[in-house]
Amino acid sequence: MSYAKINTDILRTLQAPGLAYYGALGFVLLVLTFGAYAFAQQWQFGLGVAGYEHPTLWSIYITNFVFWIGIAHSGTLISAVLFLFRAKWRTAVARASETMTVFAVMTAGLFPIIHIGRPWVFYWLIPYPNERQLWVNFRSPLVWDVFAITTYLTVSAMFLFLGLIPDIAAARDRCTDWRKPIYRVLAVGWRGSTRQWVHWGALYGFFAALATPLVVSVHSVVSWDFAMTILPGWHSTIFAPYFVAGAIFSGLAMVITLLIPLRKLLGIENYITIHHFENLAKLIIVTSLIVGYAYLTEFFVAWYSGSTFEQGTFYDRMFGQYRLFTWGTLTCNVIIPLVLFIKKIRTNLAALFVISIFINIGMWLERFVIIVASLSHDFDPANWTAGIYQPTWVEGAITAGSFALFFFLFLLFIKNFPAISITEMKEGAQHGD
Amino acid sequence: MGTLLGIYDDRRNAIEAISSLQKDGVDNISAYTPAPDHTIEGMLNTRISPVRLFVLIGGILGCIAGFAFPIYTVYAWPLITGGKPLISIPAFVVIAFELMILFGAIAGMVSFFGLSGLPQTRLALRDARFTNDHFGIEVQCADAKQSTIRAAMETAGAIEVQTHA
Repeated sequence: MSYAKINTDILRTLQAPGLAYYGALGFVLLVLTFGAYAFAQQWQFGLGVAGYEHPTLWSIYITNFVFWIGIAHSGTLISAVLFLFRAKWRTAVARASETMTVFAVMTAGLFPIIHIGRPWVFYWLIPYPNERQLWVNFRSPLVWDVFAITTYLTVSAMFLFLGLIPDIAAARDRCTDWRKPIYRVLAVGWRGSTRQWVHWGALYGFFAALATPLVVSVHSVVSWDFAMTILPGWHSTIFAPYFVAGAIFSGLAMVITLLIPLRKLLGIENYITIHHFENLAKLIIVTSLIVGYAYLTEFFVAWYSGSTFEQGTFYDRMFGQYRLFTWGTLTCNVIIPLVLFIKKIRTNLAALFVISIFINIGMWLERFVIIVASLSHDFDPANWTAGIYQPTWVEGAITAGSFALFFFLFLLFIKNFPAISITEMKEGAQHGD
Repeated sequence: MGTLLGIYDDRRNAIEAISSLQKDGVDNISAYTPAPDHTIEGMLNTRISPVRLFVLIGGILGCIAGFAFPIYTVYAWPLITGGKPLISIPAFVVIAFELMILFGAIAGMVSFFGLSGLPQTRLALRDARFTNDHFGIEVQCADAKQSTIRAAMETAGAIEVQTHA
């Protein structure tokens, strides 16, 4: 493909969208408004409207938090880790994945704030000099979270922007409508001189190298929110690798869920092909097997530990009040992905789309089971039947609103910025691949 | 002194222009390319980008800050929690690790902007075609040498050669 064709094809995706796009945008905006209304209710009346009841004082909001952080991770895997491994196929899907990372972290970052009782003082989590001369407790995993998530958001956003600069410059030089001044500012005067490319290329590599350990650390820190407590079902040394694998697994599924409609909507079927989806499906198989192994290890260690409470918790997971969620998790995350071993299925987009939705659901359920089922089966037998957790409409609406926010931002992005890296496609064309 | 800007619609012609100019002893050549181009970078003898030094310095500073800041705060209000020592190194490693990456990335970004001369509001010698599929070869030279350089650029296949003051 020639440079000019790549430039034209990709910048064509920024042209005025059709009815389907506006329909989708209107729908997510509606759901987002409903979610905002639910949050306003909770702001006014307190966490009581969110169905929290002792001992289940962490529930759907924290589930959503872990879920969205997980979604973010595969974006970094594709944009940074596969870059370091020189996996050339990543070029076509890297931009969309990196965008997904940034918006997923932004969505995730809202949930700890939604979850706390007084969201208007969320900034107490940030260490800053104050008149009370109080500092945060740096020994708390929740403070580690603040550092990990803000670093992750900042670094991912800078990484996304860095990759975008030459592409925005290409849009600036082609665009004729009202967005031209915006592109002019965002392109920061990029000229494409050799000097600029040398520094750009060097920094791009460093961002990939910095983002790779970062992504591992972020979900490890998230897992330590749980693993640092002594609660059966949470207090486990395998939580960090188990969460990181699960995060990438769920994120890959979300990439497939997003890209299948996206390539149709933008008309970029020539760029994002079956080959890319097949590679993503192969990564899903690998991560699914790791996650399945982690599930088995958890159950094995619970049995082998000889701890009554640990065994009780895991017996409760399989046969207690949340058993359907556990079995749903195991089916969606371990059994269904196995069909991807069949080449016919992993190269069939309709089948892939359905499987990716199942994995999304399965990974959400997994976090729900880990959080709610473990909390409801703690050390006090009186709690085991007393606090049956009932989700409320507020939690449902805020969860739906978070999906709406994510899709809203994503939809806005793909019509205003190139969803495929023009620069990297051109670089690939230069080497003839 | 003036500046000549040769515009090429074929990458091979641009590369040929650089090598023929270099053969003639012209050394202050800069190039504009639509994508990173390692062949042209190699021909122009670009140095390894010093961005890496800034990333390293940022990372080291971040790591130091990540230990120093929690240690300062625990002494500002000494309070034992969970029976752990005031300076709980394993806990602070997490903070130091995250700040190392954060500071390294920010330092890299700032140095990238500084070294590449960005942000720039005036785009004097920019041509909109360079971000699409054209290549630019820019040479600063004395007025007397302009005609020979222009001839070399055109022989290599320039579709246009502009002169700038």
